[in-house]
Amino acid sequence: MTADQIIFLLCAALILGSALLVVTTRKLIHAALWLVVALFGVAILYAILQAGFLAVVQVVVYIGAIAILFIFAVMLTRREMLDKGAQTRSNWWLPALLGLAILTGLVFLIIRQPAFGRTAAQIPVGVDTLRNLGNALVSPDAFVLPFELASVLLLAALVGAVYIASGNKK
Amino acid sequence: MTILNDPINFIAGWMRSLLTGWGLPNGLTTVIIYFIGITVLIVFAMVLDILLVWVERKVVARFQDRLGPNRIGPFGLIQPFADIIKLIIKEDITPAGADKLLYNLGPVLAIASVIILWAILPLSAKIFGVDLNVAVLYLVAAGALGTLSIIVGGWASNNKYALLGAFRMVANMISYEIPMVVVLLIPTILADTMSVQGITQAQSGMWFAILSPLALIIFIISAIAELGRSPFDLNEAESEIVAGFHIEYTGMKFGLFYAGELLHAFTFGGFLAVLFFGGYGGFFGLENTGFFSWLNNPFVQVVVFLTKAMFGYWVIMWIKYSMPRIRIDHMLAFNWKFLTPLALVVLVNTAVLSKVLLGLPNWGYVLGMFFSNIVIGYIAVEILRAYGRNQRKAEATLSSQRSQSQEQAL
Repeated sequence: MTADQIIFLLCAALILGSALLVVTTRKLIHAALWLVVALFGVAILYAILQAGFLAVVQVVVYIGAIAILFIFAVMLTRREMLDKGAQTRSNWWLPALLGLAILTGLVFLIIRQPAFGRTAAQIPVGVDTLRNLGNALVSPDAFVLPFELASVLLLAALVGAVYIASGNKK
Repeated sequence: MTILNDPINFIAGWMRSLLTGWGLPNGLTTVIIYFIGITVLIVFAMVLDILLVWVERKVVARFQDRLGPNRIGPFGLIQPFADIIKLIIKEDITPAGADKLLYNLGPVLAIASVIILWAILPLSAKIFGVDLNVAVLYLVAAGALGTLSIIVGGWASNNKYALLGAFRMVANMISYEIPMVVVLLIPTILADTMSVQGITQAQSGMWFAILSPLALIIFIISAIAELGRSPFDLNEAESEIVAGFHIEYTGMKFGLFYAGELLHAFTFGGFLAVLFFGGYGGFFGLENTGFFSWLNNPFVQVVVFLTKAMFGYWVIMWIKYSMPRIRIDHMLAFNWKFLTPLALVVLVNTAVLSKVLLGLPNWGYVLGMFFSNIVIGYIAVEILRAYGRNQRKAEATLSSQRSQSQEQAL
């Protein structure tokens, strides 16, 4: 087993374990913090795959913005947000069965892929993946249209949020 | 390759031959050498941190016309060690109702979020942790972890003042992150790369502080806001919420928050040097002439870098001890209505001009960049002045109306 594989297995265990704790822990703020751990694990996965840009953006966007807003919202609620009731419903076995079926199907599909079991090719020295990504995002024969459309969509959301927050000034 | 030209790689190569000579496999050798390298870097940062306590106390004393620590050791140099012993032997109190795990995690995260920044700090052309091609974004990502430490510590203390401090930190951080990210794009555009080594080398001819002085000023302001130092230290405003997020922490846990803040300020001084003052280089081409070629020595570069970083740290301290704390609504209004639009204007200006002036000779490029920044800064100050004048006029008419109505009532 290479060092990469050991790191990957540890990281996958971390993601799965903390993701499980997000939905099972009873304290709301602990759930939010376990979510941070899970998202951080995903960032490590990107770093292993030599996608440094995605890893850093994962931390900036998901931990720096979204998770901190989650925690902020949770902190504004009562301190002891403990749900005393049962954590499962009586028909819990049905979604569990469905989930298991989907997992089996996905594993079956992935195993049949020709790329399964191969190690990732090393990016040759001198190739700047970040520069290639940036060029692809703004070049007309690549992704400039979806990229610009997404920014227009985000701007519309921003303007809408400002309008709603400013209230009805009649 | 000798120990004078490339010390880190020389020692690493020597250790590699030593360890493989002992019969260790190649992969394990790499892991051990990286581990030792990381430990040495962290120890360097932490030892520097101990001295920063002395520097901070001495400098604040000079600003306030005092002497500062001067009893223990020459110039009071042993004072920080006395402080550490005192902090360690103090009683460690965990408040009742605190969330134990998170309460202890807060200070650890606070210092960790600073130390991970040292991974990308280029001490010299040959001595650095790692040369990421997304280093500028990494700086922003590490800031997010710093905020998380304050939120976690403030919430887990089970104290109203601590929670208020944490809330204020979130408001502060979320707003000042925006001008900071925008302004970080300006060195990126000027250097055509996000790697800190690339940004340093792009400034060997001309500092970005001269190409874009406005970006420098906006970066200093938003860096101070992210550090949570005065005038933006609302998260620990001692006159309103006692000590803010670290009110419940005692002994060395408080010490970790304090040490983390000092090291964070120094690290931002280092980034100020890297992004705007040429980092370890930036001698305007002087280092390529024969006589001054010793400036390229890694040890000289480390000294140059630390001197520039100390200057940035000194500027941050200077602002901290000269400015009163500002009110939270003023802070947010200043950020959203002034700093963010200004940062966006400077960014667009830099992006356009760096392409328009591309054909000009070097002096034309530099002058064009510099004067465009001066013009934008002048217009911004004029707009502020007109706004302030209108506000004062409105207040004056309001108060005169009020006094008139009082006279009529009498």
